[in-house]
Amino acid sequence: MADIALIDENALTARAQTTRRASRGDARFHFLTWLAAALVLLIFAGVISALVVGAIPAFEAFGFGFLTTEVWSPARERFGALASIYGTLVTSFLAMLVAVPVGIGIAIFLTELCPRMLRRPIGIAIELLAGIPSIIYGIWGLFVFAPWFQEHIQLPVISATTGIPVIGTLFGGSAYGIGVVTASLILSIMILPFISAVTRDVFETVPAMLKEATYGLGCTTWEVMWRVVLPFSRSGVVGGAMLALGRALGETMAVTFVIGNAHKIDSSLFAPGTTISATIANEFTEATTELYTSSLISLGLVLFFITFVVLACAQLMLRSLEQRAGK
Amino acid sequence: MLANRALYAHRRLTNMAFIVLSIGAAIFGLIWLAFILGALLKEGISALSPTLFTEVTPPPGSQGGLSNAIVGSVMMSVLAVLAGTPIGLFAGTYLAEYGKHTRFAFVVRFVNDILLSAPSIVTGIFIYEVLVAPMHHFSGWAGVAALTVIVIPVVVRTTENMLLLVPHSLREAATALGAPMSFVIRSVTWKAAQAGIITGVLLAVARISGETAPLLFTALGNNLMSLKLNAPMASLPVVIFQYALSPYQDWHTLAWAGALLVTATVLTLSIIARLLENKQRN
Repeated sequence: MADIALIDENALTARAQTTRRASRGDARFHFLTWLAAALVLLIFAGVISALVVGAIPAFEAFGFGFLTTEVWSPARERFGALASIYGTLVTSFLAMLVAVPVGIGIAIFLTELCPRMLRRPIGIAIELLAGIPSIIYGIWGLFVFAPWFQEHIQLPVISATTGIPVIGTLFGGSAYGIGVVTASLILSIMILPFISAVTRDVFETVPAMLKEATYGLGCTTWEVMWRVVLPFSRSGVVGGAMLALGRALGETMAVTFVIGNAHKIDSSLFAPGTTISATIANEFTEATTELYTSSLISLGLVLFFITFVVLACAQLMLRSLEQRAGK
Repeated sequence: MLANRALYAHRRLTNMAFIVLSIGAAIFGLIWLAFILGALLKEGISALSPTLFTEVTPPPGSQGGLSNAIVGSVMMSVLAVLAGTPIGLFAGTYLAEYGKHTRFAFVVRFVNDILLSAPSIVTGIFIYEVLVAPMHHFSGWAGVAALTVIVIPVVVRTTENMLLLVPHSLREAATALGAPMSFVIRSVTWKAAQAGIITGVLLAVARISGETAPLLFTALGNNLMSLKLNAPMASLPVVIFQYALSPYQDWHTLAWAGALLVTATVLTLSIIARLLENKQRN
């Protein structure tokens, strides 16, 4: 009897040990995954602090006037961010002007009009546009698109609009091929797939019953989309557009190739300009003095701040949509 | 009656215009894809030659290839994926399995999605400040670090999404058999989401194969064949950037050849990733 009890007790301790070992392994694994998640936060904090620390000399030298001065002269060590900020905002704005309606149009085509058989291949083809690296858009823009644009769009538009007030100024100057409008158009092609992919996904969350009911009342496709689907999915569409805007603001290589890297704000949209990211990409390795490097890092800080705000808004809108969808 | 007919005609016309515009939008998108791929094939294929893979980047006016850039790109990408995948996998697992709806998980998710879309040139500045400036020289390691920072958010996002697709009953069944949670995750959940997790890694590779901005002032470039990660290292995207903006015709040709190689790699990876993802979702 006593023997059996002893064996039992041994078995119990063995099992307890196994359980304890397992739970210790469990805790260790839990901790490791937590550590990896914390590392994501650490990277983010690292990016911000690196930018802030690097930006200090420039802000000490120029104050907040850095943001509102147009002068950019490495020779005289005078730096102002205005031309770059202007270029970033204008190219992104023009790109959105083209990409939002077209992107939504593509999404509507894919969800409502496209024959079922073509739906997948066309959807994939549009998404491939998103996969092409930005440097490819850059080299294509420089060697193929810019010369074509110069000959077939810029020259006719310039000669057609000379003399007209306002419009004549906006599209005045010489046809360089490269410039603000060229960069904006290439940006719009790049962000198109982001908008159409998100919009399509959002459209698909609209209950089929709702659409069928509207069709049943005798509404046309346009009326169903405009009065039912779009209002229903508004926050998702806006979120997708802001996500694309975040991309456009920070896009570097495609823009650097075709914007012309001119540090001035020109009244003409065809003129060469620069953006924050293009300035950094072009000049960072050439920056020889501390102040020059610090000014470029300050530009990076400004860019990070702008994109952070835009992307944060985009996320909050898409998140609220997810919650409504009952996730 | 007349007013009704006019209204009907108006509605039909609006609808017609709308349909034409939507179809036009789709054609517009597809045409650009065709133009870009067409130009790449036209310029790239004529520039392809075996010496591309055997010779290093030449000085202007002489013959050469891209071998040092290809080797540099492959080395840095492989190391970045090796470093970034475990971190991304663990963090994604934390979000899907442990953190779920806690405040900490919410913040990590939020920050991760910001990093996913944040300008990659800023990543370059970050690594420059942290690694290049203290070491006083550009290096392959700095390039690897910059690419790792880009890999992590991609893997985190796909891992979490794919783990959430795994049916809950599977986890419950394993737990009911007495398996501890970490064992359930590693042997059941991960295994069930395998195709999806690999999708994330492939997408990350596709993403970094074309990244240029973060390498410009971390790895810089190198005109010689170099396997030393402690020295500046060549990479395909940076060579394309420098050569395309140069005034020399033979450098332009090499840039096109490089562009074709990069695009072919990226598109192949994206298509494989998509097929795997579909497999996971079904």
